[in-house]
Amino acid sequence: MIEIKNVKKSFDGNTVLKGISAVFEAGKANLIIGQSGSGKTVLMKCIIGLHRIDNGEIRYDGRNLPDMRFKEMKLLRREVGMLFQGSALFDSQTVLENVCYPLRMFSNMTEKEIAQRAKFCLGRVNLEPKAYELFPSEISGGMQKRAAIARAIALNPRYLFCDEPNSGLDPFTALVIDRLIKEITEEYNITTIVNTHDMNSVMEIGDSIIFIRQGEKEWEGNRHQILHSNNQYLNDFVFASNLFKKVKEKYSK
Amino acid sequence: MYFLSALKELGSYTLLMWRVFSRPDRWRMTLKQIPVEIDKLVINSLGIVVIISIFIGAILTIQTKLNTNDPLLPRYSTGLVTRDTLLLEFSSTILCLILAGKVGSNVASEIGTMRITEQIDALEIMGVNSANYLILPKIIAFVLMIPCLVIISMGVGLVGGYMVGMFSDVITVNDYIYGIQYYFIPFYIVYSLVKSLVFAFIIVSVASFYGYYAHGGALDVGKASTKAVVNSSILILLFNIVITNFMLT
Repeated sequence: MIEIKNVKKSFDGNTVLKGISAVFEAGKANLIIGQSGSGKTVLMKCIIGLHRIDNGEIRYDGRNLPDMRFKEMKLLRREVGMLFQGSALFDSQTVLENVCYPLRMFSNMTEKEIAQRAKFCLGRVNLEPKAYELFPSEISGGMQKRAAIARAIALNPRYLFCDEPNSGLDPFTALVIDRLIKEITEEYNITTIVNTHDMNSVMEIGDSIIFIRQGEKEWEGNRHQILHSNNQYLNDFVFASNLFKKVKEKYSK
Repeated sequence: MYFLSALKELGSYTLLMWRVFSRPDRWRMTLKQIPVEIDKLVINSLGIVVIISIFIGAILTIQTKLNTNDPLLPRYSTGLVTRDTLLLEFSSTILCLILAGKVGSNVASEIGTMRITEQIDALEIMGVNSANYLILPKIIAFVLMIPCLVIISMGVGLVGGYMVGMFSDVITVNDYIYGIQYYFIPFYIVYSLVKSLVFAFIIVSVASFYGYYAHGGALDVGKASTKAVVNSSILILLFNIVITNFMLT
């Protein structure tokens, strides 16, 4: 579980996060949604520790991130997996080598065990073996995302962060990635935080959702509650398209 | 204002180097990267080093002969001047200026692209000291192998001059051979190698610094690459004066 309390962050006098508090539970897909520029990426980077917060607490199962020394933070990061918007696979390594990388770096496994574990993870994300020896530039965006998920789960993380996992993917592939994230979260009881503005994702995997607006938490709930919410800002954001407006009307009746 | 900004950059550079020279998370992984970097930075530069050195050696011989065509000067002086120019300046300083362009832009753009495509963030989130993992093998590889490039450049440059003697009537081969052997000071090679070690460190560390702190998009990586080449070239020239003053005067 990750708990954040009164998290504030500003850049050069410009306040981006104005005191956000939330609880992200284990075994659930916790979504952070909001418009572009609302501060959700900054919030995620603060939670991971890529940005140092100005004020507040970020507790990983009780361990407060801002109080951690460099070595403690390094150890914590070995419990963290991250799926980046652009996958962030290493260009110079094949898909298999990418997944082997964290295992080689942080485990005491033999090369054989590393290869076995990496292939298991790649199999878990349904990536075909013929893609294992290809370089990231030689595979599709969806396959890159799957490979990145495989790399993120290679070390059995306790916490998984996904920054806009569906960006640049077609609706079908996006759905596959969403379901994969949810399955892995439940299977390994991971605390997963997903940063998205894709409403299909929200409706598909949103066990717990926080809506950020202008650096503040505007709304909190789950994918069922979102359909009945009266929050004007949330409704304007979530039901911006005609399709979702009709869905909302249907559920409101 | 400019001074403050330069001071800030120096501070960031020092902090980065502090991280680069900290103990690697896994020595095995760092050592594994060194041959890869040698291939990328040194072996791939061999072609341009040979081509430029051979032509410069030839041109130096022709120019020296044409501009010192005085009956009072001994005939071997052309070979001597060519040798000393190659040993003292070309094969270390000028060669490193050329490599600052080739290797420096390569390193800056590679690390810069890794930065903007979040590959460095991925390493950091895994708990890897990204500066150490990415930059240290490059520095070790290039500093370790630059003496080889310098010595190859010296040899090939002298061969370039020899070829002028063979294929033209500017200078005779005998005069040239005698000239390049006359009053040879072995310390010049030591001096040249010491300079090249310092320059190699400057090229890779400065390029890595600009690449590592690149942000934005492809345009910014290009800017970082340009900055890396310009600033490392200036530093090479500056350190050339300092080292020469220290070692030869």
